[in-house]
Amino acid sequence: MFATGIAEEDRKGSYVDRSISRPCNFEISQQSPVTHTQYPYVTGTSVLGIKYKDGVLLAADMAGSYGSTVRYKSIHRLKAVGSHAVLGASGEISDFQQVTQYLDELVLNDYMWEDGNKLGPQEIHSYLNRLMYNKRNKFDPFWNSLVLGGVENGQKYLGVVNMIGVHYKDNHVATGFGNHLARPMFRNEWREDLTLEEGVKLLEKCLLVLFYRDRSSINKFQIAKITEEGVVISEPFALKPNWDFKAFHNPTLGADGSW
Amino acid sequence: MSSIGTGYDLSVTTFSPDGRVFQVEYAAKAVDNSGTVVGIKCKDGVVFGVEKLIVSKMLLEGSNRRIHAVQRHAAMAMAGVAADGRQIVSRARAEANNYENFYGDEIPIKELCDRVASYVHLSTLYWWLRPFGSAAILGGYDRDGPQLYMIEPSGVAYRYFGAAVGKGRQAAKTEIEKLKLSELTCREGVKEVAKIIYGIHDEAKDKAFELEMSWICDETNKVHQRVPADLLEEAKAAAKAALEEDMDAD
Repeated sequence: MFATGIAEEDRKGSYVDRSISRPCNFEISQQSPVTHTQYPYVTGTSVLGIKYKDGVLLAADMAGSYGSTVRYKSIHRLKAVGSHAVLGASGEISDFQQVTQYLDELVLNDYMWEDGNKLGPQEIHSYLNRLMYNKRNKFDPFWNSLVLGGVENGQKYLGVVNMIGVHYKDNHVATGFGNHLARPMFRNEWREDLTLEEGVKLLEKCLLVLFYRDRSSINKFQIAKITEEGVVISEPFALKPNWDFKAFHNPTLGADGSW
Repeated sequence: MSSIGTGYDLSVTTFSPDGRVFQVEYAAKAVDNSGTVVGIKCKDGVVFGVEKLIVSKMLLEGSNRRIHAVQRHAAMAMAGVAADGRQIVSRARAEANNYENFYGDEIPIKELCDRVASYVHLSTLYWWLRPFGSAAILGGYDRDGPQLYMIEPSGVAYRYFGAAVGKGRQAAKTEIEKLKLSELTCREGVKEVAKIIYGIHDEAKDKAFELEMSWICDETNKVHQRVPADLLEEAKAAAKAALEEDMDAD
């Protein structure tokens, strides 16, 4: 009664192929686990973030380093997520781009409810926490430290997630080298009521210090501002460095064995 | 009906001797009995309007939506079996998402229409499936400008200037034909669609209804949005006034 073709399809376990075709279907070897995704290739350096009077400011340079070579110089490491949040990333650039794609999808799916609600920085940060921790538990982490800044209902939000899923909020944050060089300066100079001008000045000061001491940093930066009005990410700009410090005049002085 | 009892209307995989597939025609019937759904393409975008019949007074206002966003720049208005409609919308979203992940650009409306139509058609090819009892009016705004398509339960899809399905489709179509769509803006279009839907609704015979409207146009930055409440109220008022005028003229 039944045609043999049906039995054939039955054996394959699906009557109708309803799946969306995926032309790239790589077979992954069962012998040894994939390890080549477990180390970063092209990386970005520090991201800085502070709260100020009217919102949140993030700052980063635009370098993408291939090992120690500054290979790319126009990488956008600050990205708007929805209307009132910005994500900044240090670490593996391609992983950041993947995270970015996930977030775009998340924001779109949220938008398509058309119920007047939208994801705030709190929810986005929480999503990132879960994402990063989940990936690390698969021993295939996204090799990033992420900074999320945003504003929701007048509340400023500034949080961090790193590649092993550790997350926290603070009034001022920094990733990578910034943790060592920028945060002490934040601790000295940050105030709750910083004006926009003061906030930008503080960030620029820290960016310059990072530029002096972090070999992966370049003098091409962007600053993002998130306020109740929304997100503004600045055009790339350069700062005026000063190499005329006394300590720079004779760098080998007091460093025996150096050339 | 001549088809009943002949045995040719039981399966979607059997043609009748005169070359028809009755199951697909019955599916189309399910669509024809639904509340009217109208879509028009104006010069600066597309406008959707749905006569959403209220099945119970206890329903929360705005529930059981019939217009669904499929992407930022595309949406579907569904007529017929609402649950089938949601299945189609869900597939459309998946296709749009898949296209964007693969090609890095948003899906053209034409491509989206093709893919959704193929999916709908699939359900007319296997005896163990039932065809979708709903039709979709798909509208969007891409690099080729605003576009409107209609996908029927058979899987056919055409591009339209203006489309209507459901109970009042005939009357709606004659009204759409009277519009100068090439000169009409969406803001005007919203009022026209509201007028059409209020016009075809038979208050004495039909159940109460809720007007559901959305648009994708230059004014919304080519993004799908529900028509803002104030504009919707304005359009409703204009539609009701136009009805009164007609009554007086008669």
